Amino acid sequence: MTVQTPTRSRRAVRRKSGRFAPYVYLAPAMTLFTLFLALPIGYAIYLSFRSVKVSGLGLGKGARTEVWAGFSNYSRALTDPDFIASVIRVGIYGLILVPTMLGLALLFALLLDSRRTRGRGFSRVSIFLPYAVPAVIASLLWGFLYLPRVSPFYYVFDKLGWDVPDVLSSPWIIFAIANIGLWGGVGFNMIVIYTALKAIPSELYEAARLDGASEVAIAWRIKIPVVMPSLILTFLFSMIATLQVFAEPMTLKPLTNTISSTWSPLMKVYRDAFTRDDIYSAAATSVIIAVATFALSFGFLRLVQRRAFSQENS
Amino acid sequence: MTSTLTLTPVKNPPKLRATTGATGPSNKRSTMSTLVLLVGALYCLLPVAWVLIASTKSAGELFSTFTFAPSSHLWENIQDLSAYRGGLFWRWMANTALYAGVGALLSVIVSAMAGYGLAKFTFVGKKAIFNIILAGVLVPGVILAIPQYLLLAQVGLTNTYWSVLLPSIISPYGIYLARIYAAASVPDDVLEAARTDGASEARIFTRISVPMMVPGLVTVFLFQFVAIWNNYMLPFIMLGNDRLFPITVGLSGLLNQGASQPAMYTAVITGALLSIIPLIALFLLLQRYWQVDLAAGAVKA
Repeated sequence: MTVQTPTRSRRAVRRKSGRFAPYVYLAPAMTLFTLFLALPIGYAIYLSFRSVKVSGLGLGKGARTEVWAGFSNYSRALTDPDFIASVIRVGIYGLILVPTMLGLALLFALLLDSRRTRGRGFSRVSIFLPYAVPAVIASLLWGFLYLPRVSPFYYVFDKLGWDVPDVLSSPWIIFAIANIGLWGGVGFNMIVIYTALKAIPSELYEAARLDGASEVAIAWRIKIPVVMPSLILTFLFSMIATLQVFAEPMTLKPLTNTISSTWSPLMKVYRDAFTRDDIYSAAATSVIIAVATFALSFGFLRLVQRRAFSQENS
Repeated sequence: MTSTLTLTPVKNPPKLRATTGATGPSNKRSTMSTLVLLVGALYCLLPVAWVLIASTKSAGELFSTFTFAPSSHLWENIQDLSAYRGGLFWRWMANTALYAGVGALLSVIVSAMAGYGLAKFTFVGKKAIFNIILAGVLVPGVILAIPQYLLLAQVGLTNTYWSVLLPSIISPYGIYLARIYAAASVPDDVLEAARTDGASEARIFTRISVPMMVPGLVTVFLFQFVAIWNNYMLPFIMLGNDRLFPITVGLSGLLNQGASQPAMYTAVITGALLSIIPLIALFLLLQRYWQVDLAAGAVKA
């Protein structure tokens, strides 16, 4: 008997178990992914092509049967004036929110990165803090700050004798909601950009500094181009989040009657599915939103990839 | 898409830049930039300061006194809120801790295993699985809520703790991050050495790899914790019984009642304050783990 034999057999067993190991590690994730991502997506697509056919008076068992509906749910959703209005509204909301949020996030990150700024620790923590506040709670807080009877702003405006319109009224509500998104998102994006800025080796701009380049020039010529990939990803994630705005308008809704139940596309999906019990058209609308999100994301990435990543990839 | 996100390892935490050139014009303090940043900080602190003061007021004072003038009714407000329907508020807090805490913990375990599997093994279908998970990062999460509701309704799980907990465990972004951390922090030769010593794969993972991945996994935990705590639509759709509500759904329901009885507003404000305290505390304590390096690989590639 040599020691060789058991060793070799053990190694063989180990190799065999090693071959299955990655699948074992991935099994829980893939199971959950299938059950809670892939399957619901598939089910939503299936439902979007179905509808209920009511025979007779629609009473009794078997009077309501599910049938194939082709693209009728889609054509109905795409021509629904409520849906179109909600898409336009969210488009404007995104145009207000995303550039403002990322512009401020970039500005704050650059200022944090500049050694000439004082109180950086305090500012960094303070600006990042709203990220810890859930969107619903943020909307509650701002909702009260918007209510003329409670708001400190209106108190001050009143004392100054200014006649400031109610921000919860028609043309202003979109800014009111965008402000909540800005408050909650600017800190997170600032941290993303700041982390990227900190990773820049200082030699990259020490030379420029010695040559007398101003901080602004260094920011424009060196820092911003280098953090461009971070900016692109934060833009992408902000865009996806914008399309899905739901918690903020839903929370503000009881404070004002300016927000309809179809204010955002997702609110319309919710209303169709749970207030009107029309899960089929809700499914079609969700699929449209998902496809639009994907198309926008990929289109945007294709557009910027060549510009932003070409130097690195070539 | 793939080429932007299939990134090389992230340096975590990124090293602070060496402070070269401590002299020269760059060190001049700038009042302007300090001021801009301070204005930003004040804007972000304003609602938090407001809720802190507003929660000290009685229902009458809320509408009659200047909002930044504090009063002395905080304790009464907390007692009133705690008495509301037999302590329902605290049940919401406990539910939130359960959903976010347990959900994020399970999510970290699942993500760590999957990320480690993807980073440290070569196997058939690896690229396909990774691409599927990457596509999952871009799937608008809330869009899943309605089909998830219908599917869970078919197995009778809606309106239970499971209906919120189970969909919260899978996080494609968490898996993506865990893969980056595993690739960066677990050296191949350490794994090889352990295998040569005859350690089982399970033992290598729990005793060697996981401890090396811990700082990264804390970040995954924080991300998922905030994501679950923040997710309003999922519990809003899944739950009908208000004893199962998380704090977000519970408080927005209270605000709805406030529209007809303004006395409820005090409860909502006090509740908002109490609900953000633990999260802000967690945040400040674990600050150093917030190194969000979304695109470091793309910079370095």
